[in-house]
Amino acid sequence: QFGAEFRRFSLDRYKPGKFEDFYKLILHIHHIANLEVMIGYADVHGDLLPINNDDNFFKAVSSAHPLLRVFIQRQDEVDYSNFGTNTLSRKKKALVTLRNDNLRRRPHINISMPHDFRPVSSIIDVDILPETHRRVRLYRHGCEKPLGFYIRDGTSVRVTPHGLEKVPGIFISRMVPGGLAESTGLLAVNDEVLEVNGIEVAGKTLDQVTDMMIANSHNLIITVKPANQRNNIIRSSRMSGSSGQSTDSTASHHSLPTSHVLQNFHPDEMESDEEADIVIEGGLEPQHIPKLHSLTSSSLSRINGSSISHRLQRDLVLNNNSGRESNGNIHKLLSSLKTDPRHSLVIPRGGIEEDGTVITL
Amino acid sequence: MRRFLRPGHDPVRERLKRDLFQFNKTVEHGFPHQPSALGYSPFLRLMAIGTRSGAIKLYGAPGVEFMGLHEENNTVMQIHFIPDQCQLVTLLDDNSLHLWSLKQHSGASELREEHRFTLKGPPGSPPSATQVTAVLPHSSREVLYLGTESGNIFVVELPSFRVLEDRTITSEAVLQRAPEDYCNRRSCELVEALQEHPKNPDQILIGYSRGLIVLWDLQNNKVTHHFLGNQQLENLYWQRDGSKFISCHYDGSYTQWPVSSDNRHPEPLENFVPYGPFPCKAVSKIYWQTTKNGLPYIIFQGGMPRASYGDRHSISVVHGSQQIAFDFTSRVIDFFIIFSSEPTAEFDDPSAMVVLAEEELVVIDLKTAGWPAVHPPYLASLHCSAITCSHHVSNIPLKLWERIISAGSKQNIHYSSMPWPIDGGTNIAPDPPQRDLLLTGHEDGTVRFWDASGVCLHLLYKLSTVRVFLTDADPNDNMNPLGEDEWPPLRKVGTFDPYSDDPRLGIQKIYLCKYSGYLAVAGTAGQVLVMELNDEDAEHVVDHAEADLLQDQEGYRWKGHEKLKTRDGPVRFEAGFQPFVLVQCQPPAVVTSLALHSEWKLVAFGTSHGFGLFDHQQKRLVFVKCTLHPSDQLALEGPLSRVKSLKKSLRQSFRRIRRSRVSGRKRRGGSGNASEVQEANAKFDQDTLQEMELAPVQRKIEARSAEDSFTGFVRTLYFADTFLRDSSRHCPSLWAGTNGGTVYAFCLRVPPAERRMDEPVRAEQAKEIQLMHRAPVVGILVLDGRSNPLPEPLEVAHDLSKSPDMQGSHQLLVVSEEQFKVFTLPKVSSKLKLKLTALEGCRVRKVTVANFGSCKTDDYSENDLAVLTNLGDIQIISLPFLKLQIRYPCIRKEDVSGIASCVFTKYGQGFYLISPSEFERFSLSTKWLVEPRCVVDMPEVTSNNHVHNKSGMENAVRKS
Repeated sequence: QFGAEFRRFSLDRYKPGKFEDFYKLILHIHHIANLEVMIGYADVHGDLLPINNDDNFFKAVSSAHPLLRVFIQRQDEVDYSNFGTNTLSRKKKALVTLRNDNLRRRPHINISMPHDFRPVSSIIDVDILPETHRRVRLYRHGCEKPLGFYIRDGTSVRVTPHGLEKVPGIFISRMVPGGLAESTGLLAVNDEVLEVNGIEVAGKTLDQVTDMMIANSHNLIITVKPANQRNNIIRSSRMSGSSGQSTDSTASHHSLPTSHVLQNFHPDEMESDEEADIVIEGGLEPQHIPKLHSLTSSSLSRINGSSISHRLQRDLVLNNNSGRESNGNIHKLLSSLKTDPRHSLVIPRGGIEEDGTVITL
Repeated sequence: MRRFLRPGHDPVRERLKRDLFQFNKTVEHGFPHQPSALGYSPFLRLMAIGTRSGAIKLYGAPGVEFMGLHEENNTVMQIHFIPDQCQLVTLLDDNSLHLWSLKQHSGASELREEHRFTLKGPPGSPPSATQVTAVLPHSSREVLYLGTESGNIFVVELPSFRVLEDRTITSEAVLQRAPEDYCNRRSCELVEALQEHPKNPDQILIGYSRGLIVLWDLQNNKVTHHFLGNQQLENLYWQRDGSKFISCHYDGSYTQWPVSSDNRHPEPLENFVPYGPFPCKAVSKIYWQTTKNGLPYIIFQGGMPRASYGDRHSISVVHGSQQIAFDFTSRVIDFFIIFSSEPTAEFDDPSAMVVLAEEELVVIDLKTAGWPAVHPPYLASLHCSAITCSHHVSNIPLKLWERIISAGSKQNIHYSSMPWPIDGGTNIAPDPPQRDLLLTGHEDGTVRFWDASGVCLHLLYKLSTVRVFLTDADPNDNMNPLGEDEWPPLRKVGTFDPYSDDPRLGIQKIYLCKYSGYLAVAGTAGQVLVMELNDEDAEHVVDHAEADLLQDQEGYRWKGHEKLKTRDGPVRFEAGFQPFVLVQCQPPAVVTSLALHSEWKLVAFGTSHGFGLFDHQQKRLVFVKCTLHPSDQLALEGPLSRVKSLKKSLRQSFRRIRRSRVSGRKRRGGSGNASEVQEANAKFDQDTLQEMELAPVQRKIEARSAEDSFTGFVRTLYFADTFLRDSSRHCPSLWAGTNGGTVYAFCLRVPPAERRMDEPVRAEQAKEIQLMHRAPVVGILVLDGRSNPLPEPLEVAHDLSKSPDMQGSHQLLVVSEEQFKVFTLPKVSSKLKLKLTALEGCRVRKVTVANFGSCKTDDYSENDLAVLTNLGDIQIISLPFLKLQIRYPCIRKEDVSGIASCVFTKYGQGFYLISPSEFERFSLSTKWLVEPRCVVDMPEVTSNNHVHNKSGMENAVRKS
């Protein structure tokens, strides 16, 4: 029953209605009214995201361009880890912070599992930092929101052997409402910025720190000394509050007040993000469609944009009937679609479809 | 983790690095910013210029120059050479005196500060009591006479600066024997002038500001003569034989006074207001020079009629019936006359007048009829019109060099042929290793060609693009018809002219091919001119093509300036570079990048809207590419609308003034006081830090996006013959990089030479690379199979470079402001990279490939990237492995215009503006170092004679 089935149907983009209606509609179209299913969709970045309440349904519809690819899976087959962990390399067991206040205020709504959300930020390295510091990672990757904060010069007071000393420092000066920084709740105005991606900002000018942050904006890790110290994680609760990799930290790091080592940060991971320069070959050449290879993740790095939808179908046809495994394949497929999350921005007018080969690096 | 490994622990490489790289600031070219004092030693034949930032620079024969910096960074008020010594004394505006001397050290002379001294009065006395107003180094070389505001004259011993209190000349003593009524009327007030008697060193002439002049006998400590002037005194000058002197006054007059032993209170011989009868400005300095033919030269500064010419900066030369008022475009700081300094000579016989104006040095030949100007070999005013861009070309072929010099010599016919009169010292620096050209583009549409081979930056040739266009100003306006009956007889001299007729004429990009003599020049209003060197005058029509960079994009309106109107019909061009084609970008936005390929006869140009390729052989536009993001309204409309740009340029010029004041503080001192300079800088940095705290600024943290403004701005263009499509065939290609981190590559088909005119050049887009980090692309380079940068066009044809390796695989280097990245070719995939901004917080401002030779062996050299960051650091990065080799702090990070003006040479040197008028030259190489190395010898023989004569003379005087 759950094989290669495709339905195409239309919805009013501006009045999508309620999730419940949509759910019913789906079941109706697919003639599977008697099954518990999980509905997901592929967002602009190719991430598989869940649809299970009015809000994310509305989001899904409004972000559809122009097609909304909806995936329907039997509830018991769903591998939650596929949702939201948006790339192969992104499978970090980092602490995921969820801030969706809308959802919390309305408890009757069906809230998805934590894994249904894409991480937007996380606190990392809790175990190796002093309790007064906080290392925040902002995942701008695959997020439409602006980073949305400002920094300024200021003075901070340090304890030195000679007593208290005023030293210049960099502080967060403003949050853009609705921005990523604000929505995480992990950063606040007047927090002092100590490090950017593991590099101390002491001795650097405001402009230098600005440039460093922007250069790292795709994967920004800021270590701050929060102005408000009340919400700090207490050491004793480390095991529950810190990330899964906390035990890796060595004793020597432990004693350092501010470590230069980022624990939960793999350079390779950053590389992979950054390597994603886009090369469009032969802009004026007639397009040619390369042969499709088997769907290993490496071969997925070379795909043909014009046949995305076509291939999607084939992949689903090929793989979807094999139960649990299908999830993995869907995920692979999606990750291949999104290896470059920006392609939709770069070639806004369907450039890919017309310009031939796309290689993501 | 890779990035925690410190680079360079290979001892062999470390040693090699020491043989290759070394950072030196070697010499300052151009005209000192804000000069404040001038001095000259007829004995050493050296000139000294002091500045408001406390620098002192000595110049002699071309190549002979010295530089010193006063620790105080205070304005130099006066400079006096000690007679017959390699020493000079400076007076700063903090009333401190400094003794400098030229001493030989390991074969070359160096300028060192020896002593400093501040005159102190008795406790409780007002500061004016010791405020020095006049300095007289006595010919005995043992004492300095210091006239003060209080009217007292103090005597200090040299070189110890010990005050000889018993020899102080008080105003009371001076007034003792003056007529009663005169004394009542005026007090002595401040000492305006001190002059030693030319024949009798025991007598000095003292001039007080209220007009009283006395001759003081040093032996008997008393006044011998009172000259009762009643006009406010400006200055004094002795006639050579000491029988007369001349005084000049605030009211624009000068007066001759006789000096004889029989009259102790002589009346003036003559009182004359040269530009009377209406009220005149002060005559602030005067020379009286005797000649063999009996007619003296009277040379004086100022004195112009107050109402109609009060704003002129003039120096008048009167010789018999000849009179010219040289009219300078900026304030006259000071001047001196070069005349026969032989003590035995009977007459002064002046040969030249040297005038230091605020913005330039002008030397007038007084021996040649008509008094033409002399072309200075150094101290060129780089900022005659503001510098808008620079371009350096190394190792110019002799043929082109000679042709440029010949074109330039035709422009310089109005200069005097007199050899440079300030010729002290000996240049012992080795001959420059090669012929280098520095081209500067200016706001007025000119390009100046400078000989940048050696220590003296010398103007070879000036090219003007103005003739191609119709501008408001008639070019003939500047010709100053010498009306004979004009009064005053003003004659404009000098080249400083900061007023541009039309800002659109400004030159923004220059590209010279040294092998073919093709030159491309692009400007503010989207004009691109291609020129060819012609040794003769010629009259021809300039072909005209338009390049619409917006192509079919509709609904956009350019709100910036209009394009320049062109002249119809044939235009006459003087010998030199003559334009033959004009490509006009539409919209006429400022040209932001330019590349010329002289072998393929192609020129590429880019603006904020896109880029284009023009075939200048067939005079045909090959293609245009719009790079504009549709939502980029700011770039579309042109931020430089005419009104705005004027405002902006005004604002900028104010800023420039302010900034240059600041940058003026930073001066390279002798090796001894480098640390002091740094300290001063640190102090300054601290000041700015405090300022920052007063005015909190904030910076937005946001990732770059395609919608940002000016992403389409074309930053760099590059021609390469490489493997663009497949690894078996290479082809000509054009590469372009934008502000938004996009690189476009076009495959070009250039017809073979025999069919070059018959078939069109074709271009096809082959690649488009979008850098993930979207930082502006500032450099593109292709490395050949041996990882060497591809040679320049025609370089191989002229046997000056090995042919590139076309067998191995080529690599593409893309330099963005944030990182360096090497890609494979033809399939573009990332190979390695070096991140700069993410790790260090600095950004690439300038990047060039430079060749570094080893100072130890002649047979080793390598190519590296020379990089200037926005923090003013210079980094050397190896090719092709992108390893940071070394880093030097070079420019202060606050000095934005300095960083923006920096150019690197192909052999590891560089230039940047330290003020609007000065280039600092630096070297990163151990091998290519151009710095002054010179010797100033005490002219021993003459000196002995001189002293001998003088003492003989003294004896004679005493006897009589």
